[in-house]
Amino acid sequence: MALVKFNNIGIKALSATVPQNVVKTRSLTDYYTPEAIEKFIEATGIEERRLVQRDQCASDLCYKSACQIFGETDIKREDIDALFFVSQTPDYKSPGTSIILQDKLGLKKSTLVYDVNMSCSGFIHGMLMAYSFLQSPSFNNVMVMVGDTLSKITSVQDKGTGMLLGDAGICCVIGKGEQYGESFFSMNTDGSNIQSVILPAGGSRIPSSEETLKVKEYEDGSIRSLEHVIMVGPDVFSFAISELPRDIKRLLEYAGKSIDEVDKYAFHQANDFMTNYIVKKSKANPDKLLHSIQKYGNTAGTSIPLCMVHNREEIKSNDIILMNAIGAGFAYGTVLLNIADCKILKRQEL
Amino acid sequence: MELNEFVTRFAEEFDETPAEQFKADTVFKSLDEWGSLTALSIIAMVDEEFEKRITGADLRSVNTLEELYNLIQSK
Repeated sequence: MALVKFNNIGIKALSATVPQNVVKTRSLTDYYTPEAIEKFIEATGIEERRLVQRDQCASDLCYKSACQIFGETDIKREDIDALFFVSQTPDYKSPGTSIILQDKLGLKKSTLVYDVNMSCSGFIHGMLMAYSFLQSPSFNNVMVMVGDTLSKITSVQDKGTGMLLGDAGICCVIGKGEQYGESFFSMNTDGSNIQSVILPAGGSRIPSSEETLKVKEYEDGSIRSLEHVIMVGPDVFSFAISELPRDIKRLLEYAGKSIDEVDKYAFHQANDFMTNYIVKKSKANPDKLLHSIQKYGNTAGTSIPLCMVHNREEIKSNDIILMNAIGAGFAYGTVLLNIADCKILKRQEL
Repeated sequence: MELNEFVTRFAEEFDETPAEQFKADTVFKSLDEWGSLTALSIIAMVDEEFEKRITGADLRSVNTLEELYNLIQSK
């Protein structure tokens, strides 16, 4: 997609909610050897994750995040003109969860809502939708929620994802104001890699059946069903370290900024090895990179905003933030924006 | 980079496997330490040393270090 520039649109408030249930990586000795666990922690950085209980949905985490914004900022329910819910784990296949959330949150009936199916790039995709709608005079405040309960579609015994993925739900309100200045987006899609990150069955292509629910052992020792997510780490890594530094360079050139002018990097928390490599290859200052994967694992589309909430004390008014993410597909992109009067609220638990 | 140097660089990405176990005809995927994380290290090493991209499919398509070296050279 073309590079896109916006004027005077920005994030007004941001909140995040994680499940109370903490799973320590070192506790998974029923499934992995202590040596394999230590090696995993060293490479990924993941010490622990938050995983939901069976009766908790991504929308519950997002709902609590939205209520926090209404409770702790001057943004009112009636201010919201549109709500976008970005998730791979909606409440139902139909109706869309954004429709449920409009009613549950008591938003006005003129609210426009969309469900968006995006994975790790979900936040920047949702933001671009919000920014685009906000160019119209009919929209003044757009709520973007990103939530995923990947633990519900992950096998703990899958070598690629079993210790990697965590659950979270975020909410932000994006609005208008001269204080936000210019923002820049670069969004890209290469759908030739869908087998690299996929939940093979349970959709229309391969409907759920007794067969798709059967757990099998694979060549690498992974044990999972066709209704568990598969991630081929080397495929993602190879694509990411090739394309993401290039995308960062392209966006910075478009924005007329150097990497040194950026104050903080809020990159998708895929794993430390990959994030650090992208920083190094982009000739970026590693001290400016925000981290949160140690506490939450890879939480897909929520990871950038959750990382900002986790590091809220580090982010100052008028900081220039560079965001970068890659998700299933691959869908990937980079965003450069100014944090003006954004209220980044304290992380909550559910 | 010559093949023998490549074998040495490849071996450096492994923590536990002794360096002498790595030869041009070593079937690297049969090593106990081979896995998703070592694959990432090798992809990164090739990116840095050769400025070339190898994919997960590339790694799956070859067996020995020499075959991998030749595949990198052909890119």
